Amino acid sequence: MATKEQRMTGWGLYPVFKGQIDKARYLQDLVGFARTSAPLLAQGNCRSYGDACLASHVVSTLAMSHLLDFDAEQGVLRAQAGITLAEIIRFILPHGWFMPVTPGTKYTTLGGCIAADVHGKNHHTEGSIGNFVEELEIVVADGTCLRCSRTEHPELFQATLGGMGLTGFIYAVALRLKPISSAYISVHSVKTANLGETCQVFAETQEDYIYSVAWIDCLARGKQLGRSIVMLGNHLADPTASRGLVLHSSRQRNIPFSFPEYALTPWSMKLFNALYHRRQWRRRTDSTVHYDPYFYPLDKIGHWNRIYGRHGFLQYQCAVPFANGVEVLSDLLGRITARGAGSFLAVLKTFGPQEGLLSFPIPGYTLSLDFPLRHDWLIPFLHELNQQVLRVGGRVYLAKDAILKDEDFAAMYPRLDEFKRIKRAYDPEHHFRSLQSDRLGLT
Amino acid sequence: MTKRALILGAKSAIAEAVARQLSESGWDLILAARQPAALEPFAADVQLRSGQRVDLFTFDALDTDAHAALPEKLRAQCGNFQLVVLVFGYLGDQEKATSNTAEMERIMSTNYTSAAVILSYLANYLQTLDQPCGIIGIASVAGDRGRQSNYFYGSAKGALALFLQGLRNRLSPTQVHVLTVKPGFVDTPMTAEMEGLFLVAPPQRVARDILRAYEKRKNVLYTPWFWRYIMLVIRSIPERVFKKLKL
Repeated sequence: MATKEQRMTGWGLYPVFKGQIDKARYLQDLVGFARTSAPLLAQGNCRSYGDACLASHVVSTLAMSHLLDFDAEQGVLRAQAGITLAEIIRFILPHGWFMPVTPGTKYTTLGGCIAADVHGKNHHTEGSIGNFVEELEIVVADGTCLRCSRTEHPELFQATLGGMGLTGFIYAVALRLKPISSAYISVHSVKTANLGETCQVFAETQEDYIYSVAWIDCLARGKQLGRSIVMLGNHLADPTASRGLVLHSSRQRNIPFSFPEYALTPWSMKLFNALYHRRQWRRRTDSTVHYDPYFYPLDKIGHWNRIYGRHGFLQYQCAVPFANGVEVLSDLLGRITARGAGSFLAVLKTFGPQEGLLSFPIPGYTLSLDFPLRHDWLIPFLHELNQQVLRVGGRVYLAKDAILKDEDFAAMYPRLDEFKRIKRAYDPEHHFRSLQSDRLGLT
Repeated sequence: MTKRALILGAKSAIAEAVARQLSESGWDLILAARQPAALEPFAADVQLRSGQRVDLFTFDALDTDAHAALPEKLRAQCGNFQLVVLVFGYLGDQEKATSNTAEMERIMSTNYTSAAVILSYLANYLQTLDQPCGIIGIASVAGDRGRQSNYFYGSAKGALALFLQGLRNRLSPTQVHVLTVKPGFVDTPMTAEMEGLFLVAPPQRVARDILRAYEKRKNVLYTPWFWRYIMLVIRSIPERVFKKLKL
């Protein structure tokens, strides 16, 4: 339980904050920390991008990464919150199970995934990870550890899914897994000429594929605006021997230092995006891809967040309703390309309905992009995008956010008061708080 | 045939790393600690990942009156075991100990007396098994020379090393092998508060070294390896010089 004042950042390397980091190894440690004075926040692997994982006093859960129980028949895993998805997959995959929902990196902790109620490429078909949580054990502000589920302490349970760690320390999670017979995904890729076509592919294929994602060349303009490669996928159903339950290797190439600012100019990014688009010559292709490159392409590059330079970057992810979705997305992309502010990564997915008080998904489209922090106009520009998103009833993702204004937040999340009421019931003095929750007026 | 290892003081970081690596090479485990309930998540994890059997056992090193009956109790409760890894220890507060009898005694009896008592009875038990088996005792580089900063801890660990040496001598005609381990600084909760540490080794590396040395039937292991030479230098400093050093 070492106590040190340390520099910390989220994955976007912005903002930089100095705070006290303690380590918890046992449930009793969490109880002890909860009983001390405010403020407190559980911290996992810091894979949220902005300031959601930062606080003046954080308790690292990384040493609490044990598997607690596994029902190989029913596919229910109970594990401590500090375990990463990489570790979970390493254990469950050989038994023929997979994560029911996974974000774009396997280095998030299970607790972090619950706190952000993460979604994957299958949200439109299967919902967020919260849908698969059977039970949580949470150490609340008075130091008691509460077992909660849809029937036991249901309000605490609901508020914790997507609650950004503000209801207490998540100690353990019981998760329903997905049965698979192969570690491979059969992928059908479609090259589209513009945004309308991209959205049309989503609409036409949603019955046939559980996974879908579009990589947008967000620097293409005019008639080509929103040209994409849409990647649709299903778990390979009847694998041959060589396409069985094969695990990922842990090999990584590292970005050893922050790139200089001139490495990613609009020209180099444009070139990259154009090449990416050309990689696929034919309009439709089929392939079989291992889950690791399919779900976690960037995990191969350790510290890829350094490519944007030492000032870091903001990842902007918003969700907008299906109604007039193409026009709204065109407008957003148009503003971004007009600014010349686009990035490597522009990802478009679709969402289905989602419960959860602060959960991000709403039925519609979700767009995410990186913006290197390099220009003074960037943050005002993103506030401007927020206004457009807000106008159509959309919202931005708290796990990526570092700049959202409290009034915009309140307008985007209509169930905020319900969340606040439940938080007050379990944490009346706001022991659990983050830089983000302070900024957003949550605490 | 089942191989089973008894780990005394299983809550320490070195013990956890040793336990994990033993389970990966097919050993069942008995994890003995004062409050084994805290080890339940770790035990569940080891059991799930390795498929080996893991038992938890309540053991208070300082309760030496109970030690004579422990081998039989362990055997009855968990089955035969062929390897004993003694990891428990207590660094204590050197400064406090200089004028506090309870602290002095706690450091000396945890690190030496109780270790010697339990190992004596366990050695007798292992001898009766009539199969290759062993004892691994974790001493410390601090036991190689008395220093003002930790001589209570150091002297007790030094005594443990001497005890293990004698035990090895006694057991050399039998099938019981004795390995003395002298770790340098290891990245554990014990050292987390200490300042100015250098060459701090991760517990996984120390555990790997320990199990390799045991397989090769080594007698004394310094881990990481360079501590053998660091301590060689420290031991060779003449006392009239050494007594003036601030180490």
